[in-house]
Amino acid sequence: MSELPLKDPAPAADATDEPRPGRIRKPIGWSMIVIAVLVAVSATLVWRRDGIDGVLEILTHDLALFGGILPRVLAGCLLGAFIAEILPHEKVSRSLGPNSGLKGLLIGTAFGAILPGGPFTAYPVASALLTVGADFGATIAMVVSWTLIGYGRAVAWELPIMGTDFTLWRIVISLPLPVLAGALGRFVYVRMYPKAAP
Amino acid sequence: MSALIIDIILWASVAALGFIAWQRGRLILTTAVREGSMDFINIVPRIALGVIGSGYIAAVIPQEVITGWLGPNSGWLGVLTAVIGGAATPGGPVVGFSLGAVALKAGGGSPQVIAYVVAWALFAFQRLLLWEIPFMPARFVWFRAAVSVPFPFLAAAIAMAIGRP
Repeated sequence: MSELPLKDPAPAADATDEPRPGRIRKPIGWSMIVIAVLVAVSATLVWRRDGIDGVLEILTHDLALFGGILPRVLAGCLLGAFIAEILPHEKVSRSLGPNSGLKGLLIGTAFGAILPGGPFTAYPVASALLTVGADFGATIAMVVSWTLIGYGRAVAWELPIMGTDFTLWRIVISLPLPVLAGALGRFVYVRMYPKAAP
Repeated sequence: MSALIIDIILWASVAALGFIAWQRGRLILTTAVREGSMDFINIVPRIALGVIGSGYIAAVIPQEVITGWLGPNSGWLGVLTAVIGGAATPGGPVVGFSLGAVALKAGGGSPQVIAYVVAWALFAFQRLLLWEIPFMPARFVWFRAAVSVPFPFLAAAIAMAIGRP
């Protein structure tokens, strides 16, 4: 009973053993377990349907894919690490921080749109930006911009599969979305975590 | 071909940033390379599991279930189905866009297919679990996904309003 007044909002437990928030941490999380279970169940279903040949065929194909992706993952991790080391903290928090306004969202959008590579670059770089002072809003604008108007996936996959007409209109329609998503993110964030706002 | 160009741009960016780091000092370069390599080593097992396993998930999800209800007269219910289908689509961009193309060829409405592609880009569960959560703080990922929910619907609304593509 007497401890009730002491009930300060406890700082996140992981804040103490996480000197660099936003970088990669625990080796195995629950998301990995979910994926592992999904994969195991699916592989069993494939085995029952197509036999061992079906399982091996998918395995060889995906192993080749994995081998091709690995160097790009390394490039993405290096990009993220360089950005975290090079970009000055004050400058990033001024141009991409909570008080950066529309300009911060536009910078995040432009950055996401020109970023080369796939998820192996976008997420390490976004994580690095969070570490050096970008807020959730600008980082959301960057991630949404990368996924919706970034040229990498559009040129490599969407144009050949969906056709030029669809792809171009899809991108035009998507143009305002990153800034809107970032703005909505900021709007919700300061209401959900009022203490976090400076 | 385009993969080669992307690789060149990617590694050129790494080299350019590495050069900047080296100019700032040897220590900054070695620290960054060490950090990046550690991140890489930590991330490889997750990516191995996801990339090697995703083929099995894609093989058992019935694709017609995802594209079934995207007809031009399906209206907002079709958009809603498209959004759920986009989030539930397993596999990489080949699967996502191919299903979109199948839906278009099978007479799917443009706004519904737009909603499908945008939802897939924003929430495909496999990319979320496999790429975004390992690299980003989980709190950010869920927040980002929740905040993005209105936007496939907005994209469909814009497509309906302008009557394109």
